[in-house]
Amino acid sequence: MVAITSPAFKENAARALADPGLQKALGTAKGAFLQRRAQAVANLPEFEQLRNIGRDIKNHTLANLDFYLEAYETKVKAAGGQVHWCSTADDARAAVLEICRKAGARTVTKGKSMISEELGINAHLEAHGIRPVETDLGEYILQLRQEHPSHIIAPAFHLNREDWEADFRRLHTDLPPDRVFHERRDILAEARTKLREKFIAADVGITGANFLIAETGSSVIVTNEGNGDLTQTLPRVHIALASIEKVVPTLEDACNMLRLLARSATGQDFSVYTTFSTGARREADLDGPDEYHVVLVDNGRSNMIGTEFQEMLRCIRCAACMNHCPVYGAVGGHAYGWVYPGPMGSVLTPSLVGIEKTGLLPNASTFCGRCESVCPVKIPLPGLMRHWREREFERHLTPAAQRTNIGLWAWFARRPTAYRWATRAAIGALGLLGRGKGAFHSLPLAGGWTKGRDLPVPEPGGTFMARYAKTRRGGPRA
Amino acid sequence: MTKDAILGAIRRGLKRGPLPADQQAMLGGRLASHPRHLIPARSRLPRPDQVALFVRNVEKEFGTVERVPDLDGVPAALAEYLAAQNLPSRFVLAPNPEFEGIPWADRPLLAFERRRAQPTDQVSVQHGWAGIAETGTLMLPSGPGRPTTLNLLVETEVVVLRASTIVGAYEEAWDRLRAESRDARSGGFMPRNIMFVTGPSRSADIEQTLELGAHGPRRLHVILVDDDPAALPPGDATPPPPAAVPGGPAAPGD
Repeated sequence: MVAITSPAFKENAARALADPGLQKALGTAKGAFLQRRAQAVANLPEFEQLRNIGRDIKNHTLANLDFYLEAYETKVKAAGGQVHWCSTADDARAAVLEICRKAGARTVTKGKSMISEELGINAHLEAHGIRPVETDLGEYILQLRQEHPSHIIAPAFHLNREDWEADFRRLHTDLPPDRVFHERRDILAEARTKLREKFIAADVGITGANFLIAETGSSVIVTNEGNGDLTQTLPRVHIALASIEKVVPTLEDACNMLRLLARSATGQDFSVYTTFSTGARREADLDGPDEYHVVLVDNGRSNMIGTEFQEMLRCIRCAACMNHCPVYGAVGGHAYGWVYPGPMGSVLTPSLVGIEKTGLLPNASTFCGRCESVCPVKIPLPGLMRHWREREFERHLTPAAQRTNIGLWAWFARRPTAYRWATRAAIGALGLLGRGKGAFHSLPLAGGWTKGRDLPVPEPGGTFMARYAKTRRGGPRA
Repeated sequence: MTKDAILGAIRRGLKRGPLPADQQAMLGGRLASHPRHLIPARSRLPRPDQVALFVRNVEKEFGTVERVPDLDGVPAALAEYLAAQNLPSRFVLAPNPEFEGIPWADRPLLAFERRRAQPTDQVSVQHGWAGIAETGTLMLPSGPGRPTTLNLLVETEVVVLRASTIVGAYEEAWDRLRAESRDARSGGFMPRNIMFVTGPSRSADIEQTLELGAHGPRRLHVILVDDDPAALPPGDATPPPPAAVPGGPAAPGD
């Protein structure tokens, strides 16, 4: 599994804010996905109804997940495929390695897959002498840079064009060092040429799965580049990695989810390639893999069922939540310190690796609610982050000073008279202290807060409650 | 066994054992009847408009379309397209029985082989099984007459599609597949692979800016064979609508 740096979120975030390259990349990217999504949604008047249906399909599937997984397996077997059930990341890594070994694999091509990142498939294959080659353009450069994705659909979200050019010059040493990249498409063309050789040489192709279909035993991948299709078509063996919550009952259910996915993700009406794979090559086929394996992974998901976090299992990994998150937009994906960044990660990561190490993530939110408002399956992300904060507090994982302050606030909040008295006293004192200043640039005991912003000096006229009471009595408005 | 452990954990979470037989029968019924959900109104159009929507959507997604009256028109349309794009006249052809009647000899310069695609092939001519107007999407089920590699390994993919196979929504295409296709291996209707293709390959991985021509074809051209009299555009009185701007809106109000 990928090493976790979530406990250092604050340090990670501070470093991210001070990183000019990252800030430039985030600035370039800002708005691109948002505008395209807004346009795609505006062009489909039924979008809101499709969201409700999507939520209901996922809820229905999760309530009957055992049934649909067994139905799915039956159909995969009928089409000549195999399903490998894996409880843990260890099980899944072992299953993938065994399939690769049986195939005598030396190189393995890979389509973009977040579950592969979660399981740490690449490191495991490398440790056993098998070479994994990432073929998604973004994943390809990250593998060259030995980095992890910073975004679940645009892995190289944190890079600028200059980074691509520099890395390609550094690592594609067989090409003339003084070649010129006039356009982004020149970078794309070089990667295409380089990866063609890999697609042809690979013995096994590993993809993820956006959906599994119980009705037909199919796995579905959604891509724009075509790398996922080359990965699963050319080698002798295709392995689809999928977590258990990816299953939906029928093709009609999948259609509804697909109408939501691309619009929410990249703002396309439909991705370029949406591909349904069902079993291995048929007798008369001229191409396609001889073996088809599905590595079906739990890795902590079944523990979420029956808890308030079950709703998170509706997630279809579109990334709309992080695209619309002001915190993600400021610090990027790596600061979150594990595989899944942004609001969906702040809910999912504590579920999968424990709140002990990840308590800062559900706190890294302003609760502005944009994530929930754009989620295609209406996951109440801020509410779920709040549940994690409560659990963290209950388990005494929050720092002592924070606990004391929250306790103090709670004492006053439960006693309205004392609360009003205390706020009146505080406002009065601040008003006196700051007379003629306009704003405080620093305050004792609140240095962390005033470091990044000023606190306006309270206007004369008292607290909101005092003014409200005065207005209701018919007095002049302050 | 791992499978039992996972199913057991799911059932513990759901606070129940395996589903009772009547519940299983109900869910089995849902799988068998596969009820449709809401289908967006945008593709609920008269036939000529539905086909026109398909064409506009292909163009919006950076593909190109040419309409020909029948299969006899395919060789000329193909030869002229390849010449206009400065492409070689050699291509790999889907070994599809429907293509048997195409008079290739009309254009003797066209040279082709009926087989799967190889990495060195530059142009493929693929058989389109269905078109979906809703998003300008081609549905390409794999099989001996429609190899998947033709959609992937070439720089330019030309798809010959009959207008009568264009439907409004994905669900209609699935129902036709359920009715017409039999897979000997599974006894079901799904072939090994079905690609839904919407425009040429692209990537936005470099600075979230769209660039065409990632790993798949850089060009996608549809030769649309007007075999459906009901789907023809209305008579000469109305001029054809202008071609959609790639990346721009596909329908009025879009």
